[in-house]
Amino acid sequence: MRIVVDLTRCQGYAQCVFLAPKMFQLHGEEGLLYAPAVPDDQAERVRQAAAACPVQAILLGEEVSADGR
Amino acid sequence: MAGDLRDGRIVIVGASLAGLRAAEALREEGFTGSLTVVGDEPYPPYDRPPLSKQVLLGRVAADSTGLPMRRDPEADWRLGVRASGLDPLGKRVVLADGKSLPYDRLLIATGTRARTWPNPEEAALDGVFTLRTRDDAGELAERLAAGPRRVLVIGGGFTGSEIASACRERGLEVTVTERGPAPLVGALGGTLSKLAAAMHRNNGVDLRCGVTVTALRGDASGRFMGADLSDGSRVEADVCVAALGAVRNVEWLADSGLAAGPRGIACDAGCRAFNMYGIVTDDVFVAGDVSRFPHPLFGYQMLSLEHWGNAVAQAEVAAHNMVSPGPLRRPHLAIPTFWSTQFGLNIKSVGVPTFSDHVVIAQGSLEARRLAMVYGYQGRVTAAVTVDMAKSLDYYRHLIETAAPFPPAPGAADRPIAADIPVPSDVPDPKGLSHGPTVALTGYLPDRRLTVVHPTG
Amino acid sequence: MAADTLLERITDYANRANPYPLYAELRDAGSVVQQADGSYMVGTYHEITALLHDPRMSADPRSRTTPSPGPSEETARLPFLRLDDPEHHRLRTLAMRPFGPPHSPGRVDAMRGEITRITAELMESFQTAPQIDIVDDFAYPLPVTVICRLLGVPREDEPLFRQWSDTIVASADVTTEEDTTERDRAGRQAREEMGAYLVGLADQHRGRPTGDMLSAFANEPDPAMRLTPEELAETAVLLLIAGHETTVNLITNGVLTLLRQREHLDLLRREPDLLPRAVEELLRYEPPVHMRERIPRTDLDVAGTTIPKGAPVVLVLASGNRDPKRFHEPDRFDPTRPDNEHLGFGSGIHLCYGAPLARLEAQAALGALIPHLSTARLLQDPPPYRQNAMLRGPRHLPVQL
Ligand SMILES: Cc1cc2nc3c(=O)[nH]c(=O)nc-3n(C[C@H](O)[C@H](O)[C@H](O)COP(=O)(O)OP(=O)(O)OC[C@H]3O[C@@H](n4cnc5c(N)ncnc54)[C@H](O)[C@@H]3O)c2cc1C
Ligand code: HEM
Ligand code: SF4
Repeated sequence: MRIVVDLTRCQGYAQCVFLAPKMFQLHGEEGLLYAPAVPDDQAERVRQAAAACPVQAILLGEEVSADGR
Repeated sequence: MAGDLRDGRIVIVGASLAGLRAAEALREEGFTGSLTVVGDEPYPPYDRPPLSKQVLLGRVAADSTGLPMRRDPEADWRLGVRASGLDPLGKRVVLADGKSLPYDRLLIATGTRARTWPNPEEAALDGVFTLRTRDDAGELAERLAAGPRRVLVIGGGFTGSEIASACRERGLEVTVTERGPAPLVGALGGTLSKLAAAMHRNNGVDLRCGVTVTALRGDASGRFMGADLSDGSRVEADVCVAALGAVRNVEWLADSGLAAGPRGIACDAGCRAFNMYGIVTDDVFVAGDVSRFPHPLFGYQMLSLEHWGNAVAQAEVAAHNMVSPGPLRRPHLAIPTFWSTQFGLNIKSVGVPTFSDHVVIAQGSLEARRLAMVYGYQGRVTAAVTVDMAKSLDYYRHLIETAAPFPPAPGAADRPIAADIPVPSDVPDPKGLSHGPTVALTGYLPDRRLTVVHPTG
Repeated sequence: MAADTLLERITDYANRANPYPLYAELRDAGSVVQQADGSYMVGTYHEITALLHDPRMSADPRSRTTPSPGPSEETARLPFLRLDDPEHHRLRTLAMRPFGPPHSPGRVDAMRGEITRITAELMESFQTAPQIDIVDDFAYPLPVTVICRLLGVPREDEPLFRQWSDTIVASADVTTEEDTTERDRAGRQAREEMGAYLVGLADQHRGRPTGDMLSAFANEPDPAMRLTPEELAETAVLLLIAGHETTVNLITNGVLTLLRQREHLDLLRREPDLLPRAVEELLRYEPPVHMRERIPRTDLDVAGTTIPKGAPVVLVLASGNRDPKRFHEPDRFDPTRPDNEHLGFGSGIHLCYGAPLARLEAQAALGALIPHLSTARLLQDPPPYRQNAMLRGPRHLPVQL
């Protein structure tokens, strides 16, 4: 699973950081840094984070596969 | 295809953010025909903003930023193939491998690339980088991990500042050179650029403003060793990153007859490309960093933006319009929004800060490093920038959308006294900066000579 | 009926079980609806979010000048819930240090195991009972136990702080009553007593850190990051109350909704991965916090109406959550709803501090209950509600298992 956060929408509510602290981190008080590639053991937490984001800025899905299909 | 817009052949050139989002949106809009996406990079669409942040910090790998699909667009992905030309009459995209792709409608989303150091020999020195692609970021991150004595960053724009910030966070010595008076001055104007300069210095960056790099030096084996500056000084460093801004990927359209130039491909508010006579085409659309488009809130000037959010929004409008009959088409009117994370600060902007004559700090303060700065042009609000105050941004977006009077109405509890005193926004001519602007007004407004960008190539 | 009596009707206990038709009436009456007492109500989504993000809107009751001035110097000390920036930001940041990012990012995540354990213990105690009260047997004890452990408050003291909490919550409810002097006085006294009690607990931990939040506040090494005793009192009272008076409603409303609409119960049993989204949908569809008050610090133009400076504005979050201009088929409970930017936790700078904890509690509670609900049925529908209109929820929810 991959994620991308629409940081144009993100308002730094940090709900994602609380719920999946290995994947999302605050940089300073408000800036968000995250790991785009989600290992299987973090998938459930990331789903919770995506559901919780107050501005629904976290998008999850699979990436286009490398052979272009 | 003339009958049903939801069928036929669509080709998208550029397999990155705008290309992927458009492909998804086309399917969401009910397009059932054949969809081909051409990209010259060998990788599936990936996200670039992390490249100068998480990746350089060493927290995530450069090859891990692949973009998730919102839905599988069921496209034929032609990756690692460059589009080399366009035959608009025959409705074909010519590929570098000699093949060609017929289309009924075409979306151009070829974005930008990094502007390279102008001297090719010096640019080829081992240890001299630019940062645009995942390969760039991977190699640069590796060099940073090896612990160079010093990193030289040429250009104090957003990318250059983020690189410097990442280096400092990794404990590396950094020198930043900027031709203008301060970092970020081209994007944010005088007042915030002073905060940016203070952030660089407080975090231990060796910041040199008002100077240019005159030459990059290498040793006998072609390894970068340092640079000469216009003030006669020298910087010894092992790694150099030229963060000089971006160049639009339009060369492949040189013979296409489209209005494609150094500032991008001109299109209308519905993302339809203009040809070189200013006549709008009906089957060629443009989205993302490569486009320039008129915006009513900014005097109908043509904006060219290097903003993630714009690529997404414009791709969706373009996709909708590609499969919708004329009266149902939508304009791309999203207010430009941008973010940058550097030195532990979250900087967000809405509107076009360079489209301004005055600014006020409406909330917070420079000292607290937490503030909302509002930009006005001829008595109305045209932009706002927040530093660690992102939750206020929606309010200011609303002021911009409604062309609210500048300076903004008082009333905020955390409004500083300074809010009563607008100061000149002090946006310099981009020509005097090391890096290109990430927002450029490329039209013509007689009283705003300073914001007119003259294509310099 | 006249739109200027809406607040009165909404706060009328007779309408507690189903205020939603009144909210629809409120939205139909316009975005900003003036009330007979001079206050204003806003029930449409976009206006509510705009006002929650508007820096000119004050959460501080002392900003009120009409129809009667707000509580005066006697309430000079307020929790950050009712303060404006920059003071709000400073105190919220200090309060966040032992609880969440950036200082303690893993704190809530690390409580997952404990929350699951407490849930399992509670479940065990009623495994054999044929009939339970979801509120008293489950939805109330869970968050109380969790917030007690988190703060470092002895669980046995619950009867003690419950009284204070009830009084404080009642005193903060939205009301159209003219004279609230007695209510205010009682609330103030309860806050003082509860604050003294919590500061006393924190003092016991000074020099002997125990890992809980009161201890962390008491032992903060950096003087610049330390709460004063007064600030600590206000903050600790806020956390203890907010930590359990709301989550109980979310869990109870969840059970109520799922037993009323069994197809969703089946869906969640089949697809437990949907639970996080179902909890968000509950926060939209049956939110525990129905209203919040704000006061403009300057005359404010909202959707064509000028709200004068100092006038109370009731933002009906639960109405915004059902605004058809924002949500497709808003009166439908749909755990798969995309794009669910509900107002259950508010929005803007006061967005619920404890939201991540509340979410984990609700997910754990509902996740544990759902497998046992397939044959359960409601013994009373609608159930009896608590008095409070702002923090709305059932007082009891008797269920036959
Ligand atoms: C290091 C970095 C940091 C950034 N940080 C931020 C940030 O913090 N905030 C923000 O808002 N934005 C940021 N951006 C900008 C953001 O990434 C861009 O706005 C976005 O990538 C634009 O997407 P696009 O699809 O329009 O163009 P691009 O991403 O440039 O994609 C265009 C694609 O087309 C391909 N292409 C070009 N020519 C051809 C051809 N002839 N044939 C086939 N393929 C071709 C290119 O190789 C490329 O893959 C950052 C960019 C970089 C590089
Ligand atoms: C389902 C459970 C909960 C709901 C629905 C809820 C709802 C809310 C809402 C709507 C607000 C915004 C108030 C406003 O804007 O005026 C708020 C604020 C707050 N909540 Fe919660 N809450 C819940 C649980 C919790 C928990 C568990 C805690 C503590 C651990 C908590 C602590 C707070 C605090 C401290 C504030 C004030 C924030 C501020 O002013 O910055 N809440 N809550
Ligand atoms: S929860 Fe959403 S808004 Fe908050 S930090 Fe994460 S992505 Fe941003």
